[in-house]
Amino acid sequence: MDDLYRDYILDHYKHPRNFGELEPHDLEAMEHNPLCGDELGVQIRVRDGRIEDLRFNGHGCAISQAAASIASEELKGMSLQEAGELPADWMIELLGIPVSATRRKCALLNLKVVKGAVTGQGDWPA
Amino acid sequence: MKGTPSGGLRGVRSDFPILRERPGGRPLVYLDSGATSQKPKVVIDAVSEHLARHNANIHRGVYPLAQEADAAFDRARERVAAFVGAPVRGTVFTKNATEAINLVAYSWGQANVKAGDAVLITQMEHHANLVPWQQLCRQTGATLRWLEVDEHGRISLDALDAELARGDVRLLAVAHVSNVLGTINPVAEMTARARAAGALTLIDGAQAVPQMPVDFASSGADFYVWTGHKALGPTGIGVLHARPELLEEMPPFLTGGDMIASVSLQETTWNEVPFKFEAGTPPIAEAVGLAAAVDYLDGLGMERVRAHELELTEYMLSRLGEVPGVRVVGPAKASERGALASFTVEGMHPHDVAELLGREGVCVRAGHHCAQPLMRCLGVAATARASLGVYNDRSDVDALVTALVAGREVFGL
Repeated sequence: MDDLYRDYILDHYKHPRNFGELEPHDLEAMEHNPLCGDELGVQIRVRDGRIEDLRFNGHGCAISQAAASIASEELKGMSLQEAGELPADWMIELLGIPVSATRRKCALLNLKVVKGAVTGQGDWPA
Repeated sequence: MKGTPSGGLRGVRSDFPILRERPGGRPLVYLDSGATSQKPKVVIDAVSEHLARHNANIHRGVYPLAQEADAAFDRARERVAAFVGAPVRGTVFTKNATEAINLVAYSWGQANVKAGDAVLITQMEHHANLVPWQQLCRQTGATLRWLEVDEHGRISLDALDAELARGDVRLLAVAHVSNVLGTINPVAEMTARARAAGALTLIDGAQAVPQMPVDFASSGADFYVWTGHKALGPTGIGVLHARPELLEEMPPFLTGGDMIASVSLQETTWNEVPFKFEAGTPPIAEAVGLAAAVDYLDGLGMERVRAHELELTEYMLSRLGEVPGVRVVGPAKASERGALASFTVEGMHPHDVAELLGREGVCVRAGHHCAQPLMRCLGVAATARASLGVYNDRSDVDALVTALVAGREVFGL
């Protein structure tokens, strides 16, 4: 079995969860991966200070799309404060694959866009 | 001239030490020469020899070692100019092709482009031949217009005529060979039409000079730029060719040492061309290395290099056509394109393609290739690109195709 392109990664890539439009939504953001020009956006509906629902949209490589899909399932129900403070390692561990330095931005793009929507700070997650 | 049965230039491969490397225990299949070329041993040795035995600053010392460095740098300029049929006084060394374009945009552009004027580019330009013109237009109030690329990756000469007929175009800036589509633009035809309309021309030859005969005089260009590191030379050196009279009229770009004739605290007079445009210590060892690179290319013969790359490009297009889901962008005919193929694989992102190929030792580029407007026009975010050099042969293309087929299997395609 491939180290990077594991079955569940390819499954999330080919059948991404929580992708599309979310209406109505309370928060949204859009980010680019400068390496490849890929775009990823998110729309979030908030209820009682928590992420009630969210949808990603855009296009990207298997790593960035699978990361967004996997993260989307964990982000539902999370408080905005917790989501805004998520470290990069949260995403890397959730992915469960060895992410090389050159692919790190692919893996973290979704977290960057979510944190941008929640906090207004669009820095790369540390 | 005959190549080897494997479609390579005879004996060339063994001239490149890096091709004996085995990263990750696999043979190196280098298909990223459009990004930077590998270097023959003669270039590596020329740089090393210069630094070990002839190194001194130029245009300053009177001791014998300094004179050796002066002579080496002067000879390098003569060799590089002769390689593309350009005048020595009209040959300026820069840091890279990007800096050469910036030199023209700031020096010639600021002095000659005004509000109401237009700068004309094409939709297939590398960001290096787009952003400096965007900036110039923003600063001067001029308008940036562009020629569109058709579905075959070509520029229409009728569209060029229509743009020039508007009478406001001061400069046409166009790639000789597209770094994404591979399209070879008819630059002599384009520069002739621009000149007839009173516009100057800048040709970005970064992808052309390494792979085909280029003659500055017959290109008809007012400015022709290229870079050393894509043409078997070192990084850190680029070249601007221009008519010396044109350079003489232009104000300096960067100022400081070496580019002056005399300096008082109030006033400075400029050195003669090309030195007026080479502020500070230039890339001396790099120039020596680039001279060795063009000597090497001349030894192969640029007609032979082009014939080799044409034949190998035909083979690559044909082999890529065998892989299901692969779509190559740009002109269908190899004769209309340089030695590269940008492609997409249905169901796979170009980054994943490049990652899976890389594991098999096959080095290709993936991304927007510094040409985002063109990517939007093609309707893709990115492509993978395999680009060829003098050292490639059919075995490299076969390795590419084998790795592509294996990569599709990983993705269940």
